[in-house]
Amino acid sequence: MMALALDLLSWIFLLAGAAFLLIGAIGVLRFPDFYTRLHAVSVCDTMGAGLVLIGLMLQGGLSLVTVKLLLIFYFMMFTCPTAVHALAQAALQGKLKPVVEDRES
Amino acid sequence: MSKLRHTLNLALFLFATWLLLSGHYTPLMLALGLLSTLLVVVLVTRADLIDQENQPILIKPSVLFYWLWLGREIYRSNIDVAWRILHPALPISPNIITVHAGQKTELGRVTYANSITLIPGTVTMDVDEDTLIVHALTQAAATSLKNGDINRRVCDIEDIF
Repeated sequence: MMALALDLLSWIFLLAGAAFLLIGAIGVLRFPDFYTRLHAVSVCDTMGAGLVLIGLMLQGGLSLVTVKLLLIFYFMMFTCPTAVHALAQAALQGKLKPVVEDRES
Repeated sequence: MSKLRHTLNLALFLFATWLLLSGHYTPLMLALGLLSTLLVVVLVTRADLIDQENQPILIKPSVLFYWLWLGREIYRSNIDVAWRILHPALPISPNIITVHAGQKTELGRVTYANSITLIPGTVTMDVDEDTLIVHALTQAAATSLKNGDINRRVCDIEDIF
């Protein structure tokens, strides 16, 4: 019973993570310019990958596999923002003009 | 004397990492792990890289609390950005702002800039001394960043670095 509940919970996390990865990909296609697309990529990096990793940790249980997954999570939280920042700064120095507009109001 | 302590810290940390990643605990494998740890420590010592900055053990409770808080912020803004992506009208208002980083150390400012980038909806574009140029997806994200909540929290945990 417990194993089934854990399995179910794990799959909920995996599917939610997959959904956020899909949403991030849709965002990359829909957003107007390079800089706004970076925000969509952020969704994949944090929520998408994070939820998938949590789901996998639940599958792994208390084992060395979970430790490795935790390490992957830990390193991703450092490398992803660094990579996104590098991209943004490269675009800025390449004089790529950001789209600045107000469609909200 | 503190150099010896740093070296010991590093060796312990490396071997612990090896134990966690290996999963093979026969005497031969353990000996090989110990050997590779020693080799790395010798190399690092010869390269004169042992100092305060490469000390791996700096995780304190306040940092863990900051991570938990940051995780909640990331979760919230993820929901917000995901909603905006799926919304038919695409309700975004991209804009660029500059914010002041009140941290004293370089590592503190890096932590602040990385935290901003990690939260969807804001990306740090450039760091110049103590001002950050930030691209925000919406006016709302820019306003909440201007409130300086993250800035204050990073300043609070900074003293442990």
